[in-house]
Amino acid sequence: MIQNEMISVEAITFNYPNGQTLFEDFSWKVEEGEAWVILGPSGCGKSTLLYLLAGLLSPVSGQIRIEGEKLNRPRPQTGLILQDYGLLPWATVRQNAELGLQIRGFYGPDGTHSPRQPVPKRDVTPWLDRLGISEIANQYPTHISGGQRQRTAIARTLVLNPDLLLMDEPFSSLDAPTREGLQNLTLELQLEQKLTLVVVTHSIEEAAFLGKNILLLGKPVHRQATIIQNSHPIGAEYRKSPAYHALCDDLRANLEGVSSE
Amino acid sequence: MKPRSTSVDLGLTVLGLLLVWQMAAWLVNQPILPGPITVGITFIQEIQGDLPEHFLVSLWRVTASMLLSIITAVPAGLVLGQSQRLNALFSPLIYILYPIPKVVFVPLVLLFLGLGDLPKILIIFLILFFQILVLVRDQAASLRPELIFSVRSLGAGRRALFRFVYLPASLPAILTALRQSVGTAVAVLYVAELFATQKGLGYYIYLNGSTLFNYPAMYVGILAMSILGIGWYYAVDWLEKKLCKWM
Repeated sequence: MIQNEMISVEAITFNYPNGQTLFEDFSWKVEEGEAWVILGPSGCGKSTLLYLLAGLLSPVSGQIRIEGEKLNRPRPQTGLILQDYGLLPWATVRQNAELGLQIRGFYGPDGTHSPRQPVPKRDVTPWLDRLGISEIANQYPTHISGGQRQRTAIARTLVLNPDLLLMDEPFSSLDAPTREGLQNLTLELQLEQKLTLVVVTHSIEEAAFLGKNILLLGKPVHRQATIIQNSHPIGAEYRKSPAYHALCDDLRANLEGVSSE
Repeated sequence: MKPRSTSVDLGLTVLGLLLVWQMAAWLVNQPILPGPITVGITFIQEIQGDLPEHFLVSLWRVTASMLLSIITAVPAGLVLGQSQRLNALFSPLIYILYPIPKVVFVPLVLLFLGLGDLPKILIIFLILFFQILVLVRDQAASLRPELIFSVRSLGAGRRALFRFVYLPASLPAILTALRQSVGTAVAVLYVAELFATQKGLGYYIYLNGSTLFNYPAMYVGILAMSILGIGWYYAVDWLEKKLCKWM
């Protein structure tokens, strides 16, 4: 199978508003359909990298290409899921899930805010069913659990049929069983929808479970991409295997290495 | 969420107030404090006379000021709430103007704008405008960046953010501002209607109390003005229940 390049980060430099440099001449590539995790401690700039990929922030120099096109603003085919607070508090689960479709309807197929080809009329109901939230479709986000909120956010993103899914600490505020359930679901959906997946996390266990490829970020400034490959077949069973624990240990050691540089 | 009173509670409270009023009327035993029954009878008589017209004129003035302040203060508040730079520019001005009791401008506005409804509407508008502006601005500014980021990632530009995020987010702030200021608005309406007009409940109360010495009719005017204030208060309450179901 010939893979195409999905993300190409080309020699970017990015500074915090206070002037602190986060990335300097940093390059990194992601192929189509790959599952990546960006792993690093708090404050290492991993969320910033994700926002750069989402087109919500722009590098000072260098460029980011997604599917060969230079990124200047959020791209319609990229989905973004954040840890929390991503849902409209005044809208029900169903209305939240429909938000992306509504925004596309609002602009029409202009190629900037939504894809250039006319969007077929889509119904969120199958996605609500698929994610097990049709029962609570008429509830407001404050009245449902954290796991259900993230399921709503996933439904809202996937109904737009993205090819690239970016997630920023999507499960870190959830309890362990809910988190593991959603991690399994994320991998299932990634394969099923042929998504390119980039998940940002500070959790070594999550990185070892979700990432076929893991980008390690230590303390800034980041100049080179430290990458660890995970060659084991990933699935619900993998979590119990010795290979998984070995990878966790390996990641821990590596993370300490890049952090103390 | 604040507890809402049932209609039984409200009915009992009104009854209690009427009782206190009647007892006070008996105790004072002067024409300046007629009892609720006398006032009630006068109310029925006055409803067949000029009272409805005065009521409607006052209702129009308050309602027009409210609408005018909503359509101007909400967009202004949203813009200031979204733009830190503009907010930094204007907030000292708002900081100075906001606490000034606008009612002191009544004579001034009347001198400049003269007769008619406009000066009265403008005075109430001035009060409501700042209340709504400040609440909507703070509401818009307090929206979490995560929310804005995730809606932007769905393709929303400035216009869609306004339509799908900022406007619905500011709805409770608008209604809170209206509820907080409707009492003040009616109070200022009274003051404004003391001058240069022969229409409105303020004029009606003043005329009956100080010129005609028709005290029961004066109380009818006070009652009508209270109904105006309470009516708007409940209307806003009802709107909030309808429009802000998630709260």
